[in-house]
Amino acid sequence: MKPRPFDYLRPDTVEEAVAALAAHGEAARVLAGGQSLMAMLNLRLIEPAVLIDIARVPELADIREMSGAIEIGAAVTQNRLMAWPGLAEKLPLLAAALPFVGHFQTRNKGTVCGSVAHADPSSEIPLVLAMLGGEVVLRSRRGTRTLLASAFQRGMLSTAREPDELITAVRFPVQRQRRVAFREVARRHGDFAIVAVAAVADGGRVRIGVGGVADRPATRDIAMDADLGDAVNALAWELEGYEDIHATARMRRDILRRIAPQVVDEALRCVA
Amino acid sequence: MRRVDRSQRATISITLNGRQVSAEAEPRMLLSDFLRHSLGATGTHVGCEHGVCGCCTVLIDGAAVRSCLTLAVQAEGKAVTTVESLAGADGRLNALQQAFKNNHALQCGFCTPGILMSFTDFLGRNPTPSEAEIVEVLSGHLCRCTGYAGIVAAVLEVSGSKDNAEKRSV
Repeated sequence: MKPRPFDYLRPDTVEEAVAALAAHGEAARVLAGGQSLMAMLNLRLIEPAVLIDIARVPELADIREMSGAIEIGAAVTQNRLMAWPGLAEKLPLLAAALPFVGHFQTRNKGTVCGSVAHADPSSEIPLVLAMLGGEVVLRSRRGTRTLLASAFQRGMLSTAREPDELITAVRFPVQRQRRVAFREVARRHGDFAIVAVAAVADGGRVRIGVGGVADRPATRDIAMDADLGDAVNALAWELEGYEDIHATARMRRDILRRIAPQVVDEALRCVA
Repeated sequence: MRRVDRSQRATISITLNGRQVSAEAEPRMLLSDFLRHSLGATGTHVGCEHGVCGCCTVLIDGAAVRSCLTLAVQAEGKAVTTVESLAGADGRLNALQQAFKNNHALQCGFCTPGILMSFTDFLGRNPTPSEAEIVEVLSGHLCRCTGYAGIVAAVLEVSGSKDNAEKRSV
């Protein structure tokens, strides 16, 4: 199918983009890489009156090292971040997760911030952002605010972004933990995960993150001397799981119980 | 700021396979349709129109992307490379195409243009990939005929990753 008609705006600066959002609000959608948005437009799942294309805004094209965090601008593609030389050393969990994000061909265009904005519950980048306690930077004419990932993602495809706000960047705290692992179960490599699990081991505890089971990424810290199987089972029941064309809720809980211990084991053995 | 209203047909210029071309398009026109219908470049095929099948893959500024998930207006001013660019002017297949032929890497050929463009980008970055890396790139495409094995063999052959480098001169 083809999208319904819309007005197309391609601002040259963040200021112009924010002004366009202030003028059009809920009638507008921000287009960056379009790897989720364009599919939704083609299927007419969304019918915005205005598209604001931010892909060519120079201010949004940077990967910047700040004190203690890596800031990734809203126009940075997933493949550009994968090719960033500091990735494996500074953000080993993200380096482990990025190869699972879509396909080579969609990562060439899809953006890091776009994944966060789209807020699919099975999506890898929002899961890593939640695991590391990262932040989302939002700008509007009213000013700039920064939200923790846990406050930003509110539910299935739902975030705390106001209609006049532009996500200008996300910030991943630089990781000092080296023992990380990421794994997911999908119908085909690169497809949406049915269940994704991340683990970061740190001293006497391990943090696990789960995507694709609840309506948003879930994280849990588990003491190393606790019974891992029991802890994962409790988490599976707590998150319940949801049913869609790919899997039942029960199957999601079962996959989580099976792969979480493997991912934790992999993290414990890993020196990234 | 570039602005095109919904009812407006803007003139979109791109560099298509090294040639400067332009045609009119309304904002909602997909790059895949722009190539085929407005520019007559029908080598790029359209399958699912939501980014899953990979048939419509082209290069934009050298990077393999889904042309069905790209608006024509987004490609404005960029270099677009399609399957038409691969064979020589005399119709002689390039090395990648020849390897596909050698290895029976296509049957109906509908998905082939997209797959060729993906590997044109990928082999440019990684000229001697492992089989696993080839499979990873191929996971972004659906082929209903070949079972994929011939495609993997073709890319291995052309990249000289396997000990069949002698075939590369074919």
